[in-house]
Amino acid sequence: MAETLTLGKALNAGLRKALESDPKVILAGEDIGKLGGVFRITEGLQATFGEDRVIDSPLAESGIVGTAIGMAMRGYRPVVEIQFDGFVFPAYDQIVTQLAKIHHRTRGQLKVPVVVRIPYGGGIGAVEHHSESPEAYFAHTTGLKVVTCANANDAYWMIQQVIASDDPYIFLEPKRRYHDRGEVDTESEPLTLHAARVAREGSDLTLLCYGPMVKTCLQVADAAAEEGRSLEVVDLRTLSPIDMATVVTSVHRTSRAVVVHEAQVSYGIGAELAARLSEQCFYDMEAPVLRVGGYDVPYPPSRVEEEYLPDLDRILDAVDRSFAY
Amino acid sequence: MSDTPDSGLVQLLTPEGERVEHPDFSFPGDDEMIAGFLRDMVIARRIDSEGTALQRQGQLGLWASMTGQEAAQVGSGRAAKKQDYVVPSYRETAVAWVRGLDPVALSAVFRGVDLGAWAGNDGNFHPYTMVVGSQALHAVGYAMGITADGATATGNPDTDEAVLAFFGDGATSQGDVNEALVFSSSFQSPIVFLCQNNQWAISVPTTRQSRIPIARRADGFGMPGIRVDGNDVLASFAVTSWALDRARAGEGPAFIEAFTYRMGAHTTSDDPTKYRLNAELESWKLKDPIERVRAYLRRSGSVAASFFDDLAAQADDVAADFRSRTLALADPLLEDSFDLVHAEATEHIIEQKAAYIDYASSFEEE
Repeated sequence: MAETLTLGKALNAGLRKALESDPKVILAGEDIGKLGGVFRITEGLQATFGEDRVIDSPLAESGIVGTAIGMAMRGYRPVVEIQFDGFVFPAYDQIVTQLAKIHHRTRGQLKVPVVVRIPYGGGIGAVEHHSESPEAYFAHTTGLKVVTCANANDAYWMIQQVIASDDPYIFLEPKRRYHDRGEVDTESEPLTLHAARVAREGSDLTLLCYGPMVKTCLQVADAAAEEGRSLEVVDLRTLSPIDMATVVTSVHRTSRAVVVHEAQVSYGIGAELAARLSEQCFYDMEAPVLRVGGYDVPYPPSRVEEEYLPDLDRILDAVDRSFAY
Repeated sequence: MSDTPDSGLVQLLTPEGERVEHPDFSFPGDDEMIAGFLRDMVIARRIDSEGTALQRQGQLGLWASMTGQEAAQVGSGRAAKKQDYVVPSYRETAVAWVRGLDPVALSAVFRGVDLGAWAGNDGNFHPYTMVVGSQALHAVGYAMGITADGATATGNPDTDEAVLAFFGDGATSQGDVNEALVFSSSFQSPIVFLCQNNQWAISVPTTRQSRIPIARRADGFGMPGIRVDGNDVLASFAVTSWALDRARAGEGPAFIEAFTYRMGAHTTSDDPTKYRLNAELESWKLKDPIERVRAYLRRSGSVAASFFDDLAAQADDVAADFRSRTLALADPLLEDSFDLVHAEATEHIIEQKAAYIDYASSFEEE
């Protein structure tokens, strides 16, 4: 059955489904109970499932993740919410030194199926620490898997898929797309979790993007089409592991690639993609892989964030530069 | 409780080996049980000295000695029941011993052949965590899981479960330990925190961690805090048993400060003569946890004259076995690491493993 939902409501429906289908699933985080989370993603869930399964946590991010690890060791599947991207760092130690490593350290005897949900990215006019894109920190940590959804259907399915997995996941939610509506197909089989998706087919250049930038890149492809350029848009969906087969297939055909993300360009997902494409597609490409991202400055005051964040003009400019080679 | 360093300690056996009364706690066991405690302490100390020797001989990369802390570890470890989950820090050699863990599982970690793969052992003894204090949160989360399972506070002390979590005085400065205390108190989790105050966090004294006796901090978190003479195995057992019984009965967490002393270095990497006075060590030797039990048992006449010699010989046998099996540990294969990164393997790591094996085997052919 298909229905139209916002990305936020789709996440809520996915979480509800996960709570219904497995009694071991537990949600925890600050303000997720009565309030339903500051973005209302968990709205109504405590009323249905009770305070023991939808837990209002003390205000302590390391504690939220650290206790989730302990619950997972006891056989539960905790899904914890970090209220905003910039507040994940108090929990960073638990995520990087513990959550990511425990399976390896114990030679697979302990599984820690913890999902850390993080609303991330800018564009909502927020104050400091509320607009960041920390994905590269986590993608750089072996033992973690990092995914992000860009539309309501993926939100609904991917949250259920990561909860069902025995591995720890960082689940990034593009907060400025929470209110975007899309069709959710609750019946037919979802896409494989780690598959990238060709969001728009094109023949001249591949835009590689994920999360909040997918919508922007689709707009860029529309604009480019008016100028007679056919851009393919690939939504990575999973940042670790990256579905290189889909990426390479696309770039092999188009022979040009531009990576777009909100995070600062240096040392990021774009750098990883550029390196891998130069290894795997060197002789197929007409131009070097170009990156469009946030500048290498701290996330700026929100009054100037529109200039910091990749937009149509900056991405089209990179497209032009690619064709200029 | 006054604020002098060793005030307010629960003690049931003096350094001279005399049993004493305490208004709130008493030791429920007999002399046979006490002799068993002595056996555990002597063997654990012997394993510990062998571990240090193995490191000095270049056979271990590191060893974290616990000599001096045997009573705190054996007393509390023996208080935990089989169904309880014990979460150590990284110095709990004697706890591991009483939980039935093969000591070679410990030396494997310090030899660099393993990262702590004894999860799932029959003794419910959690793997070591090297990041100071992290494990306190895991312990609380586990205890929250016990509650969610309905596996505690049923009124059946033979099946009700609790968690016993260890950390040191230095760890009490860590945010994670403080967050663990908050969470456990807020959720009234079945957990006992056992802080072994061994006076030194590497080279920094407890006074740099806390201006008040550490146990008094428990009050601020809303749970009882008890200071026990950590060199008194009877008191350590009695106090931990009380706290665990309470936790299993659904009465919430408790915090125990076992006031003790690490006689050796923090690990084999540091030199305690650089940061503490010999007189301090000498004064603590007079409070040795093993000697006072020996003195008591000699006086009580409840063990045979040969008991002590037999025990020493038994400890030597354990140590010799520990040594020989430690030396026989095979190096792990790097290629196995690739399989253990995730529960569900990824293409990328499978490809990287294949490339590594190809590369490594190219040398073998030469």
